[in-house]
Amino acid sequence: MAIATNPVDAARFLYSHACATLTLRCPRVGIETKGLTRKFGNLTAVDGLTLTVNDGEVFGFLGPNGAGKTTTVRMLCCLISKTSGEARIGDYEIGRSEDALKIRRLIGFVPDNVGLYEDLSAYDNLDFYGKLYDCTETQRKENIQRFLTMLGLWEKRDVMAGTFSKGMKQKLAIARSLVHEPKLLFMDEPTANLDPESAKTVRDFILELKKEKRTIFLNTHNLDEAQRICDRIGILSTKLIATGTPQELEMALSSGGGSRKTIVLLQEQATDALVAGLRRLSGNVTTEGNKLTIELKDPEKENAAVIEAIAKGGGHIESVTIVGASLEDVYLKLVREGES
Amino acid sequence: MSWIIASKDFRTYRKKKNVIYALFVVPFLVAILITAVIGYVGTRSSTRTTPAELVVLLPAFLFIYVILAAYIATPISSYTIVGEKVEKSLEPLLATPTTDSEILLGKGIAAFLPPLAALWGGSVLFMVLMDLTTESKLGYYYFPDWSTALVLLLLLPVALLMSVQMNVIVSSRVTDIRAGQQLGALSVIPFAGLYVCGELNLINLGDTGNLLIVVSVLIVVDILLFFVSRATFRREEILTKWK
Repeated sequence: MAIATNPVDAARFLYSHACATLTLRCPRVGIETKGLTRKFGNLTAVDGLTLTVNDGEVFGFLGPNGAGKTTTVRMLCCLISKTSGEARIGDYEIGRSEDALKIRRLIGFVPDNVGLYEDLSAYDNLDFYGKLYDCTETQRKENIQRFLTMLGLWEKRDVMAGTFSKGMKQKLAIARSLVHEPKLLFMDEPTANLDPESAKTVRDFILELKKEKRTIFLNTHNLDEAQRICDRIGILSTKLIATGTPQELEMALSSGGGSRKTIVLLQEQATDALVAGLRRLSGNVTTEGNKLTIELKDPEKENAAVIEAIAKGGGHIESVTIVGASLEDVYLKLVREGES
Repeated sequence: MSWIIASKDFRTYRKKKNVIYALFVVPFLVAILITAVIGYVGTRSSTRTTPAELVVLLPAFLFIYVILAAYIATPISSYTIVGEKVEKSLEPLLATPTTDSEILLGKGIAAFLPPLAALWGGSVLFMVLMDLTTESKLGYYYFPDWSTALVLLLLLPVALLMSVQMNVIVSSRVTDIRAGQQLGALSVIPFAGLYVCGELNLINLGDTGNLLIVVSVLIVVDILLFFVSRATFRREEILTKWK
């Protein structure tokens, strides 16, 4: 090995050595796909998916049943092959047989069916998977204790997984996917069929993982969950319809001709005359007690007319709020457009 | 990696006591029943067997353990792949950095060792009981002899291995556990045929040379079956076509 004789060379050597070490220890796990396609006979499950998921990002993959979300995850986890296109995880290429084992070693996977060994204890389930990933005994012990504790299952570590509730099984499956400390985690609808409390625990846990800068690819139906957890969202309906942050998607719908709403709270119940007056301004006015919801193209400009109409109708305004398109609106609009 | 998978399956068996009981009951029951029949027949003047007849009967009865080897592993080995699929645990296992060969070998080991222990235990009991029953008539302990050692230490394991591999192949192709067990039970046919050939004097299974030829053929078949099982194990088909 060459010995650096001046401070600049020494610094360069140390810097390059540190970078190499960091690269080895923290491999890049970003996802990149180009025209990724999967066909089953005549059926195209995923059609030309081009997508980038950055290191440390939580990416939500939304789509209706049969949109190709699970197929995409299975391709990215090297469980099934692609029909055409390209996909990479970090420096490894999906579809290259010599990279498949390296990719599987790099990732964690929570399938939609938890698939635990019901006759084994929670601890034994995780220990088995830790061994398959070549974790040392110390690593396994530490990680199993850490993740079971984080998910509130440490006290139940010696209990057979088969006796667990659905929520507990889901948490155990998540712990299993993390036992080898993967930097990239694929989760296929991890909160589906869970009661609200269990779903919240799982969501909070994903947020904890997000703090640890893990890259998470989250398949979900739950728009609220996607909005709360994900940095970016992709909407899939066989083809990728849209990607962006939740805010970007909402803005895109609002500025792209989508309507927004003005919500007016009155001091009293709205009269028929008042509602009729408002209907001259907007075709879509709904009332719910003293709450009026008026759909408008440009609320900032049109609200003055709304307020005037309410005053003329004898109403007394308590508050006026402008609400943009929700992620749900965006999702439904895009999926319907995609289907049509 | 294969041993990790096999160890996990052993732990699972420990929790499924019925599987283990079923595995051990038959070889031990066969030992007791055959000895009881020989002992009973020997005491009746009308059916009393001569020492010359006993010397023919005893190795033939021992061959029953080879036939058992082909059948006894069926419930465990036909469950290996299709069982994991039905319990939904196959997908996370396939997502780990394990190769097809490692999974198949692990499953094979797990389905091979417990039946082997049961068969060896049962056959040892058979030999002990038979020696105690026939010693007065033969004037010596018939078991063990070289031919027995060859049958138990070579023929029986390779026959069991063949059955296990055939069942693992069936298990990775069928989509239903019962279908797997039905088809897996067919692995008994070659050994039943061998036994019948022996009884019809078409092949002398007491002859060490003949036994070694049968063992050699079975070893080749076992190796071929491993490659066949690897070739027929299709992860993608299992994940996408099985319901």
